[in-house]
Amino acid sequence: MNDGTRMDRREALKWIAAASATISVLDLSSFAKGVAAKGYGTDPNLVDSYKPGDFWPLTFTREQHRLVSVLCDVILPADEKSPSATELKVPDFLDEWVSAPYPYQQSDRELILRGLDWLEGEAHRRFQKGFADLTAAQHTQICDDICSVERAGSGMEAGAKFFSRFRDLAMGGFYSTPAGFKDLQYLGNVPLTKFDGPPPEVLAYLKL
Amino acid sequence: MPLITSSKTKPSYDVIVVGSGAAGGQSAYALCLSGSKVLMLEAGRNYDPLSETPMLNTHAQAPLRGAGTPDKPFGFYDATVNGGWRVPNEPYLVKRSKHGPGWYEATDVTLSTTDQNFMWWRPRMLGGRTNHWGRIALRMGPYDFKPRERDGLGINWPYGYEDLAPYYDKVEALIGVFGTNEGLENTPNSSEGILLPPPKPRAYELLIKKAGAGLNVPVVPSHLAILTQALDANKVSNFLHPQDAHAAAITAEAMRNRLPCIWATPCGRGCAIRANYQSTTVHLPPSLASGNLDILTDAMVREVTIGPDGKATGVHYIDKKTRKELHAKARVVVLAASGCESARILLNSRSHLFPNGLANSSGKVGHYLMDTVGSDLSGQIPALENCPAYNEDGVSGMHLYSPWWLYKEQLAGKIDFPRGYHIEIGGGREMPGMETFTGLADFTGGTYGKKLKEDARRYYGSFVGFAGRGEMIPNEDSYCEVDPDRKDAWGIPVLRFHFKWSEHEEKQAAHMQKTFAAIIEAMGGKVLGKPELNGRQAIAPGGSIIHEVGTTCMGNDPKKSVLNQYCQAWDVKNLFVTDGGPFVSNADKNPTLTIMANAWRACDYLIAEMKKGDI
Repeated sequence: MNDGTRMDRREALKWIAAASATISVLDLSSFAKGVAAKGYGTDPNLVDSYKPGDFWPLTFTREQHRLVSVLCDVILPADEKSPSATELKVPDFLDEWVSAPYPYQQSDRELILRGLDWLEGEAHRRFQKGFADLTAAQHTQICDDICSVERAGSGMEAGAKFFSRFRDLAMGGFYSTPAGFKDLQYLGNVPLTKFDGPPPEVLAYLKL
Repeated sequence: MPLITSSKTKPSYDVIVVGSGAAGGQSAYALCLSGSKVLMLEAGRNYDPLSETPMLNTHAQAPLRGAGTPDKPFGFYDATVNGGWRVPNEPYLVKRSKHGPGWYEATDVTLSTTDQNFMWWRPRMLGGRTNHWGRIALRMGPYDFKPRERDGLGINWPYGYEDLAPYYDKVEALIGVFGTNEGLENTPNSSEGILLPPPKPRAYELLIKKAGAGLNVPVVPSHLAILTQALDANKVSNFLHPQDAHAAAITAEAMRNRLPCIWATPCGRGCAIRANYQSTTVHLPPSLASGNLDILTDAMVREVTIGPDGKATGVHYIDKKTRKELHAKARVVVLAASGCESARILLNSRSHLFPNGLANSSGKVGHYLMDTVGSDLSGQIPALENCPAYNEDGVSGMHLYSPWWLYKEQLAGKIDFPRGYHIEIGGGREMPGMETFTGLADFTGGTYGKKLKEDARRYYGSFVGFAGRGEMIPNEDSYCEVDPDRKDAWGIPVLRFHFKWSEHEEKQAAHMQKTFAAIIEAMGGKVLGKPELNGRQAIAPGGSIIHEVGTTCMGNDPKKSVLNQYCQAWDVKNLFVTDGGPFVSNADKNPTLTIMANAWRACDYLIAEMKKGDI
């Protein structure tokens, strides 16, 4: 399997060093074992609806699930247009993602699980508490330091890389739901008898 | 789809058709509707688009939000069954640039990272690749059939555009293609009344058209095999079968079962209402209704069998369910298994009479393998930010595209590569999924929280993508052959691939990148990443555009070609190949429409020969 997102060795060692310096919420044996489950195969039923756990066992411990939930809602909180990520079960989706027995997802598993560990360690280092128990202001203090890979300062690079990927995955999980569609005003996937093209207000907005 | 089992096959048929996709479907349709008894063999399983298509399912109903995996490389909802870049138990061999010399089993599923010299997409299902294809149905033009006359490169077809034009009309009428006649150079018009009306352009497509106008890049309605309105069943079927009321009635009945597009749900999933063309909803139903078609699925053909007189007698195939090797007999064998798979069958059909494989006295079977030059680039367009919402799903594929526009400059020697490309466009307010916001942090500076949600609303729908699809010139270094040692799970020797792009293609790919960047900039947008001006880097891996043609070339000279102009093997007159194999050029126009038109023309010849008793 050629896997474009696999970490190189040097990168992996950096992660391990970073992780080992923190208080672990993570069962390191889960890496050693990898994911043994099979995927959904080359001929799954496409019409059915699925939920996390239908094809392969999930990974997150209760603590990890709590941490993921809190971080998801820091990234995608409820506002006037849509609910929070947790209300849309994005943490369960992330669990499904990191538990999937495919190379791309397994490299994310490594990144996300080690990243969660890093985050927990960072919370303890700064505030002597787990991330899930911090105040909103404390969440902001940490997340402001890791929310941009480009701007991440010394020692924050690994955290920033984790945060960036976590945010991408959480957004994918969030906006692919009906509530996400509504938030973005995705109005499609509705059978129509005709296609009218852009309405006048769109043409006017675009000066067409 | 009503099928038979191998124990129920008739003792003999008029014609065996190997494959059930664009070529197999079209061949079976032409033959069955004219009264021939046909046995179709398909290596994959039976497939029913009416009950198996995930119409209107959202990504959240799929595992991993529908993201692609090695099991389903184009995403969970892609129609492809039991295949993709790998088919279980059916390997092929490639070279790898980052490994040592020698042959490697192809295992890669990620185009952006692969070092394979060739990628081969195969489904294992009734209808083959037509179930998931992009429905882009472009005619080749007069230059495309006689490329050597124009620039001294490549190989001329043994016939010209005017020979195929009536068949293009017939195929477009049968399958239903929307588009317009623009009268552009080497971009042929269809006959009056053939094309269905095109859908209205989307907002971002109009912006691209406006930017294109300033750069002299035409942006015109695309041609896709999707019903924008119901077919006029009586009119079309009488046009197709003017002399045969029975065939017209069968065709009309099948057409009445097709509904027009509902302007929702991607065509790549297939279509349960039969609004787009796929062999399983358009070609096979009337063929079966004629009473002249038997279909055997899970039947993997190993070789064409030959009698003492050197004529084909039928095929050996493996019934995948029982693993038994069986034989089916017919007067004529038509291979339509895809260019490379048909070449594989010929090369594996060795005998005392044909020691180098069947129909291979020229030594050309497997040669002149071509794909399409592919390169893409995306941009973000500030003008589209916060644009008022509307439903712009449309037909899911592009409503507008750019046909190649620099023929005159090329002829005048002002361009450093000889052949053209067209531009496929995408973007806008597509159904949100895993890829929708990848890389958004480049624009937001890394926001999170309520600001991120505002940014998502702002940027959603503001991205556009351009994909170039260009002509590859056949070369001596690109071919497939049978590996002397490796066999698949059915005991059939496997293919290995040689493939090289020449500087013609690499320069073209670099030109695509420059053009796309110019359009994005003309739209006031920002290129994502940067244009790749090194053509070798810009070009997608060989095979990855899934326009596999060549390998059983047609021509006028039996010493230099495998088939004559009617796709009939020079060496075996009751053997035909009607898939992409006969192509000797691979114009930028996606090959499926031409495969069907060429197959229909070949079958008309075959029918006439059978009637005359010459076959």
